[in-house]
Amino acid sequence: MSNSSIQNIEDVVIKFAGDSGDGMQLTGTQFSNNTALFGNDLSTFPDFPAEIRAPIGTLPGVSGFQLHFSSNRIFTPGDACDVLVAMNAAALKANLKGLKKGGIIIASTDGFDAKNLRLANYPEGVNPLEDGSLANYQLHTIDVTKLTREALKDSTLGMKEKDRAKNMFVLGFVYWMYDRTLESTQTFLNEKFGKKPDILESNLKVLQAGYNYGDTVEAFTTRYHVEKARMEPGTYRSITGNTALSYGLIAAGQKSNLPLFLGTYPITPASDILHELSRYKNFNIRTFQAEDEIAGITSAIGASYGGHMGITTTSGPGMALKGEAMGLAVMLEIPLLIINIQRGGPSTGLPTKTEQSDLLQAYYGRNGECPMPIVSASTPSDCFNAVFEAFRIAVQHMTPVIFLSDGYIANGAEPWRFPQSADLPEIAVKFKKGLEEGEEQFLPYHRDEKLVRPWAVPGTPGLEHRIGGLEKQNVTGNVSYDPENHQVMVKIRQEKIDKIADHIPPQTIELGPEKGKVLVLGWGSTYGAIKSAVLDLLSEGHEVAHAHIRYMRPFPKNLEEILHNYDKILIPEINNGQLIKIIRDQFLIDAQGYHKIMGVPITKGELVIKIREMLQ
Amino acid sequence: MSTATIAPQALTAKDFATDQEVRWCPGCGDYSILKQVQTIMPGLGIPKENIVIVSGIGCSSRFPYYMNTYGMHSIHGRATAIASGLKATRPELSVWVVTGDGDGLSIGGNHTIHLLRRNFDLNIMLFNNQIYGLTKGQYSPTSEENKVTKSTPFGSIDHPFNPLALALGADATFIARSMDRDPKHLQELLKRSHAHKGASFLEIYQNCNIFNDGAFEIFTEKGSKPEEAIFVEQGQPLIFGANKNKGIRLDGLRPVVVELGGEYSADDLWVHDEKDFYKAQLLTRLFDDPRIEGHLPRPFGVFYQAFRPTYEDQLNFQVQEATAQKGPGNLDKLLAGRETWTIK
Repeated sequence: MSNSSIQNIEDVVIKFAGDSGDGMQLTGTQFSNNTALFGNDLSTFPDFPAEIRAPIGTLPGVSGFQLHFSSNRIFTPGDACDVLVAMNAAALKANLKGLKKGGIIIASTDGFDAKNLRLANYPEGVNPLEDGSLANYQLHTIDVTKLTREALKDSTLGMKEKDRAKNMFVLGFVYWMYDRTLESTQTFLNEKFGKKPDILESNLKVLQAGYNYGDTVEAFTTRYHVEKARMEPGTYRSITGNTALSYGLIAAGQKSNLPLFLGTYPITPASDILHELSRYKNFNIRTFQAEDEIAGITSAIGASYGGHMGITTTSGPGMALKGEAMGLAVMLEIPLLIINIQRGGPSTGLPTKTEQSDLLQAYYGRNGECPMPIVSASTPSDCFNAVFEAFRIAVQHMTPVIFLSDGYIANGAEPWRFPQSADLPEIAVKFKKGLEEGEEQFLPYHRDEKLVRPWAVPGTPGLEHRIGGLEKQNVTGNVSYDPENHQVMVKIRQEKIDKIADHIPPQTIELGPEKGKVLVLGWGSTYGAIKSAVLDLLSEGHEVAHAHIRYMRPFPKNLEEILHNYDKILIPEINNGQLIKIIRDQFLIDAQGYHKIMGVPITKGELVIKIREMLQ
Repeated sequence: MSTATIAPQALTAKDFATDQEVRWCPGCGDYSILKQVQTIMPGLGIPKENIVIVSGIGCSSRFPYYMNTYGMHSIHGRATAIASGLKATRPELSVWVVTGDGDGLSIGGNHTIHLLRRNFDLNIMLFNNQIYGLTKGQYSPTSEENKVTKSTPFGSIDHPFNPLALALGADATFIARSMDRDPKHLQELLKRSHAHKGASFLEIYQNCNIFNDGAFEIFTEKGSKPEEAIFVEQGQPLIFGANKNKGIRLDGLRPVVVELGGEYSADDLWVHDEKDFYKAQLLTRLFDDPRIEGHLPRPFGVFYQAFRPTYEDQLNFQVQEATAQKGPGNLDKLLAGRETWTIK
């Protein structure tokens, strides 16, 4: 048996990196699930290329999965890695700068042969595993291919199929290193390959071989143990942002008693919502993979017109295509949800990388005076509650609503203390059922005190009426080109959206004093980095606070007051300065920005430096 | 939601008119089409509230405002996609799409072909006037070659679409052609479109007397109509001519015009069969430019009808099946997923 010792640590950041075909996303997901079930807090960051199969062994082909787990509460996937698993030379090269000095490298030696070194652009004759350049790290080399083949020497599978199990060897080994059991992955493999016994057996065998390798090889003298996290009591599961978002939609559908219709066109990183919702037809959900982005949103408009909840999902370029139809929904004043999982832009941009650069598009990216509410999500699990709210606003205020998430939280995972159905609020929906007493004729643009018009769906006798994209006469909804009427209608549509502020919760301070030197104001996926940075500075006694906006349009009514309670405002964003423009415009406040536009999240470390500067 | 319907107690065409002033140009072919639609509606036996007319943008797309049913005048080219979403969710409604050659074949061409291949059970009325009217006289995707318009002062070099061949190419299950100037025929074809279970594509030749007056004169006016238009009917030979003395015979796969009474009789002619996909393809290709010497006459009528399951029936069947097999969705089970852990 192993004579290794087990050392208790609090916090680990590990990155699995390899070629796109090496199964690193699966390896990372498996380790995450295992970690979640064990009871650590965790946060993940999958990072993969846009190409499905970039040339094997090259730098563009590197796929990575970063995982942060801890016995404490954590809010980000970690700034730098403690451990880097590199399946080939390109994976090492691409990720070495993200590894802490003194960190552990586990390198699969067969990925460092002459060909792989050349593909990773190492100079002729240079092998980083052998030339001493990694002396500042703890380097462990394992010939994974040889050991995998060895473990499968009795198998009848072909060599190529045997080699496919390599990632299981690595996973087994890392399980050993962190004192874990194999059970969750064994269960997963049984379900995945139940119908292919030889593949199942090879994966199970290699997983166990990886674990045993750690146990028997004397090179590894230390194992690590991360205690369960001290989290709020309750029942948890692991969840990604796109799954939480899908469940939020399903829950809102159940709580409003509305059937859902998703009209959409596949686009990274939003497609998983379509995949997810298409599985749940028994929740009275219809999904429609349309011929393009425009048909995605317009079919959803048709469904909303018919009394279903119309939803469309997309990412930035798709939003651009949907612009005209959003304007139609604004004129029709019917409920609709437009979900944008933002990615790097402009144009096709960085399809698999994250960015928060569609906020101004959501605000202003349509022709005419075209106000729409905007709701954003801040963490993977927050997508559930946030989209539930977006849904509520759409049906209760008869308006299209834009929901902003991004690639980082869409694909990232974290533990979620999920709610019970009974604890979720009902969403009251009112259809107009017919003419009321004293009502001689149906007036489709007659409004209530919220300035909301009735939802009157085809099939309702007595309410036959015509609506469309041409300007409406106030109250009657007839076509009108009258100049005064247009001004009135533009103002009414704006006021209707502004009034939503009366029906959303006030802005809260996430952390820190209610008055003080610096307020870090964030929105969306910067939540974890801001919270971690502010926590650090608060523990040092600084006067710094964190507020995070969910309701981007209209803003909560008390936001302005909050902004005036601090000497300085910092707005970090993964864009070139968008929320900051809106805040300056609406409140005449000289906020400062921190902008990182590299397709990756802002780290805690860089924010701490920036906030310190402002505190001086 | 209420789908209760009351019997359409003796509705008349008037019940389908609205209080809105009709604003098409005087003499526009759209007036006749509106009238024929209002005329046949009472006879369909559908309560008014269950009828929805969806249109895009263009002159024809003002149609919903003049029909006292549910209606949406949407955005350019997208009526077909909006109608698809509506029909998918509300299959019991009678949905009619009003579109034009620009709206349905140019900016909205993509949605039109996809609606047809999916076979939603709704009716597309494509008003073809071979011109852009609302934008004041540019050529359209159905305008003939060499056409001089505001945007083509040297003549159009665009090759025109053959709308019915396009629809058939998209595997439409019902394709037909009629004209604004033949009320009886148009009424008949509107009824047939409605009766078809599946997507019906009815092309209606419509005269734009402002920007393209007389585009279809040769097919619609008394003097030339008998020689230039051929009205096809199920099971009947293809006969035309003022004296019913001409017919179309298939020489292999090539249609040829023959004189009757001499070498050929009606028995030698092409007999129309709406169910025959191959013949329907040939029929859509009777699309000669009438300016060309020796051209074939233009067919009108139902070219083709087939049956295949509609999109909305299959979609809703999947919903029912999933519910029958798994039971109605259980939210708590869904939220918990398969793997949870508890912290005390």
